Amino acid sequence: MQWEVVIGLEIHTQLATQSKIFSGSATTFGSEPNTQASLVDLGMPGVLPVLNQEAVRMACMFGLAIDAEIGKRNVFARKNYFYPDLPKGYQISQMDLPIVGKGHLDIALEDGTIKRIGVTRAHLEEDAGKSLHEDFSGSTGIDLNRAGTPLLEIVSEPDMRSAKEAVAYVKAIHALVRYLGICDGNMAEGSLRCDCNVSIRPKGQAEFGTRCEIKNVNSFRFIERAINSEIQRQIDLIEDGGKVIQETRLYDPNKDETRSMRSKEEANDYRYFPDPDLLPVVIEDSFLETIRAGLPELPPQKVERFQSQYGLSAYDANVLASSREQADYFEQVVNIGGDAKLAANWVMVELGSLLNKLGIEIDQAPVSAEQLGGMLLRIRDNTISGKIAKTVFEAMAAGEGDAGSIIESKGLKQVTDTGAIDKMLDEMLAANADQVEQYRAADEAKRGKMFGFFVGQAMKASKGKANPGQVNQLLKAKLEG
Amino acid sequence: MHQLTLAEIARGLADKSFSSEELTGALLARIQQLDPQLNSFISVTEELALGQARAADARRAAGETGALLGAPIAHKDLFCTNGVRTSCGSKMLDNFKAPYDATVVAKLAEAGMVTLGKTNMDEFAMGSANESSHYGAVKNPWNLEHVPGGSSGGSAAAVAARLLPATTGTDTGGSIRQPAALTNLTGLKPTYGRVSRWGMIAYASSLDQGGPLARTAEDCALLLQGMAGFDTKDSTSIDEPVPDYSANLNASLQGLRIGLPKEYFGAGLDPRIAELVQASVKELEKLGAVVKEISLPNMQHAIPAYYVIAPAEASSNLSRFDGVRFGYRCEEPKDLTDLYKRSRGEGFGAEVQRRIMVGTYALSAGYYDAYYVKAQQIRRLIKNDFMTAFEGVDLILGPTTPNPAWKLGAKSSDPVAAYLEDVYTITANLAGLPGLSMPAGFVDGLPVGVQLLAPYFQEGRLLNVAHRYQQVTDWHTRAPNGF
Repeated sequence: MQWEVVIGLEIHTQLATQSKIFSGSATTFGSEPNTQASLVDLGMPGVLPVLNQEAVRMACMFGLAIDAEIGKRNVFARKNYFYPDLPKGYQISQMDLPIVGKGHLDIALEDGTIKRIGVTRAHLEEDAGKSLHEDFSGSTGIDLNRAGTPLLEIVSEPDMRSAKEAVAYVKAIHALVRYLGICDGNMAEGSLRCDCNVSIRPKGQAEFGTRCEIKNVNSFRFIERAINSEIQRQIDLIEDGGKVIQETRLYDPNKDETRSMRSKEEANDYRYFPDPDLLPVVIEDSFLETIRAGLPELPPQKVERFQSQYGLSAYDANVLASSREQADYFEQVVNIGGDAKLAANWVMVELGSLLNKLGIEIDQAPVSAEQLGGMLLRIRDNTISGKIAKTVFEAMAAGEGDAGSIIESKGLKQVTDTGAIDKMLDEMLAANADQVEQYRAADEAKRGKMFGFFVGQAMKASKGKANPGQVNQLLKAKLEG
Repeated sequence: MHQLTLAEIARGLADKSFSSEELTGALLARIQQLDPQLNSFISVTEELALGQARAADARRAAGETGALLGAPIAHKDLFCTNGVRTSCGSKMLDNFKAPYDATVVAKLAEAGMVTLGKTNMDEFAMGSANESSHYGAVKNPWNLEHVPGGSSGGSAAAVAARLLPATTGTDTGGSIRQPAALTNLTGLKPTYGRVSRWGMIAYASSLDQGGPLARTAEDCALLLQGMAGFDTKDSTSIDEPVPDYSANLNASLQGLRIGLPKEYFGAGLDPRIAELVQASVKELEKLGAVVKEISLPNMQHAIPAYYVIAPAEASSNLSRFDGVRFGYRCEEPKDLTDLYKRSRGEGFGAEVQRRIMVGTYALSAGYYDAYYVKAQQIRRLIKNDFMTAFEGVDLILGPTTPNPAWKLGAKSSDPVAAYLEDVYTITANLAGLPGLSMPAGFVDGLPVGVQLLAPYFQEGRLLNVAHRYQQVTDWHTRAPNGF
C-alpha cells in the first residue's frame, strides 16, 4: 500500500518582551529558581493580570508578516487544569477569538520548488513554570520563573506531507520570528517548541487518518526524526491489521521512538471561558498601520530581491534568506567582494560546511563578512586562484588574519608573469617527455584527458600559484606546437 | 464614643475632642467586651491599630487634615492585608498571611484610617447568612438568634452593634446591601470597576465589587471617597474621575423621577416589607420626587443566570487553592492527585464545594452553550432592561430583601431557599450598576431595607437620595438593645 503522510504543527514561540505577559516580572532565561516570580506569577490570592502591550504588538507583527487577518477584537480565555507548575490552576490563553487568524507562509523544498503552508491561527498565552524532578529525592521542585512568559502559539493547517516539509516549515517560522525580532529562536532553551500532529492515509484517499500528537519536540533534527519514527509506527500498526488511536505521544530521542503519554479519553476538559479579569483586546487600524510601516524586509521579499538584484537561483536565494543573519552576512560579502554568485557560493558551500563542522551559527562565524569579501576581491583581481583561496579561507578561519596578510606571509600570490610560467612549463614538459610523446601520438578524445595531467603537473610544480588560465593557454600552445 | 458616626469622629478628631489613639483604645475594648456574643471579627489587629492611631495623631499634629485621618475601619477578611491573616472565612486560608495590601486597604491606610481587624464572612463570600464561615456563624445584634445576612455579615454586625462606625464589604450578588438591610445599616455597592479589585480575593470576578457599610449615607460617602478610583493593577477598573461624594448630599430631590419595578412587588415579598417600602416612597414624594411604575421583564431569570455565572467563575478562581504554594495542605499526601483531592476536600466547606461543582459542570464540554453562554445572554437582556428603564427614570426603588433576617440554621438545609433571598439584589451585579440599601423600618423588631439603583457612576445620586431621606426619618439612628 502507498501511504500519504499528513502533518500539522503547533509551534510555541516565546516572545522576546522585557517583562511577562500579565505581570511586570523580567523574562531573562536561566535565573535562580523563583527569583523572577512576582505575586501575580505565583497566583497569590487576590492578584489580577494586566496585559503587556508589547506582546500584543509582537503578535500583530507576526500576523501582518504572514498576511493574516488580525483579530480586531480578540479575547483572552481561561484554560482550566491542575498542575503544580500552573499556579492559578488555569492558563490564560485565547480560544474563540485569537489575535491572529488565517494566514500563510511559503517554504522552499530541496528540489527547488516552493510550497505554500496555511496557518490556521496564532494566539497569545502565558507559559507555565517548570517542574524540577532532579535534585529533590522523593519530591518535586517548582520553578515559576518561566510562568507568565508570553507565548505565541502558531497553529498550521495539515498541509505538510513529509517530515522534511515539516522541518522546512519550522525553519521558515523560526527564520520569520527572528527576522521580526519577536523571538530569540533559541530552541535549546525552549524559546521555540513544537507539537507535531501526524497521521497517514492511503494515497488518493480524501479523508484524514486518525492523528497522534507528538508533544514538545525542541530541535529541527528531533522534529524530523520524531515524525519519521511516528510515521513508521503508524504504517507498521495499520499494515499489521491494527488501528491508530488518537493520543498524545512523547518522542524519546535516545530510543528514537515515540511512546504514549495519554489517550483522548484521558484528555482534560479544559472548560474554556472568557477571562473575566481581562477586557477584550481592541486593535485599532492606526496601531496596525504603525506596525506595518515598521516591519523589516521579510524572507519572501528578500528572496525575490536576491533573485532580481543578484541573479541568484530561487533555491540559493531561499537558502541565503533563511536567516536574517545569513542574509545580512551575504549582502555584506557582496558589497565588498562585488560578485554575488561567487559570494553566494562561498557563503553557502565553504562557510556553510565550516559552520556545520564547528556546530555554530553564522553570527559566531570565525571568518567575518569583511574578511570573506576581501578575499573574494583577491580572487577577482587574480591575486589568487579559487583553489588557493580555500587555503586562505582556512587560514582566516584559524585566526591568522585577513586575506592580504595571509597571501603575503604564506607567499600564495598567483604567478601571472608569462615568462616565469613559460620557463616552469618547459621544465615540467622536459621532465615528462614520455607523456608528451604519447600525447602527440594520441587522438583528440584521448588528448583531452591527458591535457588534464599536464595542467595538474604544472599546478603542482608552481605549488598552485600559477594562474590557471595562463597555464592552460601556454600549455596548449606548447603541446600542439 | 462608640455611638459616633464617621462624620462625627472626623469633627471630633479635627477639633481635638479626642485623639485617634483614645478612640482606637475605646473601640478595641468594646470589641473585646461585646464581640464574643456576635463573632463579627475573625482577627482583631490591636497592635497594628494602635500603631496606625499614633501615626495618624502624629500626622494630624504635623498639620495634616482629612476626614478619614485617624478614623477606625475593619476590612472584610477577603481584602489582603500585608502581614495579617486573610482567611476568606475558610479553613483553606486559615494559615495565610497576605504578603501585600489590597488597593482598598492601601488607599484607606494612606488616608490615615486605623485598621481594627478583619471581619467574619461567608466562606469565600458564598452565602447570604454568614453561616458558612470556618470561624462560625455571625449573630445579628438585633436578635442574636437571627442571621445578620451575608456574605459581609461580620462587617454588618460589627457596625450595627456600634463596635466601630464603618467597615468595608464586597458585593457579588447583594453581599453588602442584604446584610446592611438585615442589620439596619446603609450599604453601597458601587458601579463595577469603580473600586479596585486588586487584592480582593475573588469569588466571581465579573460581579465582585467592594464598597462601604456604615450607619448613614453621609458616612458611606466619606468611606467611598477613600476607596474609589482607577487602578492600573486592575484591568476591569474604569478610568473615570471620582466626584466629591459629600458635595451633593443635600441637593434637592425636586423632580427626581423614581421608578418602582412592578416585578419587585409580586409573590414572595413579605407584605409588611412592601408596606414599609411604600412608606419610604411617600417620604421621598414629600421631598419632591415623582414616582412611576416601570417594568424589568427579565428579572425572573436573574437568579438562574447568576447561579450559573458566579459558580462558573468561582470554580476557576478557586483552582489556585491546591495545597501547593499556600493555604491548607492535607497531611501526608500519597501522590499529587491525593494532595489535590484531600487538600481541597478538607480545606473547603460544603457550600464552596457545592458551587465549585455547579460551576465546573456549567463550563464542561457539551454544557457550556446551554448554561454559561445562555446565562451571559440573559445577563445582556437584564442590562438592556435597566438601560430602557433609566431612559424614563433617574432612580429605581424597591425592597432590598423579600424577608427580614431569618433564624440561624433555618435555611441551611435548603440552599435554594437561601439563594432566593438575593432576588432583588442580584440584578445590579449582573448589570454592573451601583446600588444602595438604607434602613426603612422594622418587622417583628428586625430591620428592613429599601434598595435604590442608579445608572452607571451615579453613586452620588444614591447617596444624595439616601441622605435626604435620613434627614427626615430616624430608622437609621436606632440601635439594637444591648449595643
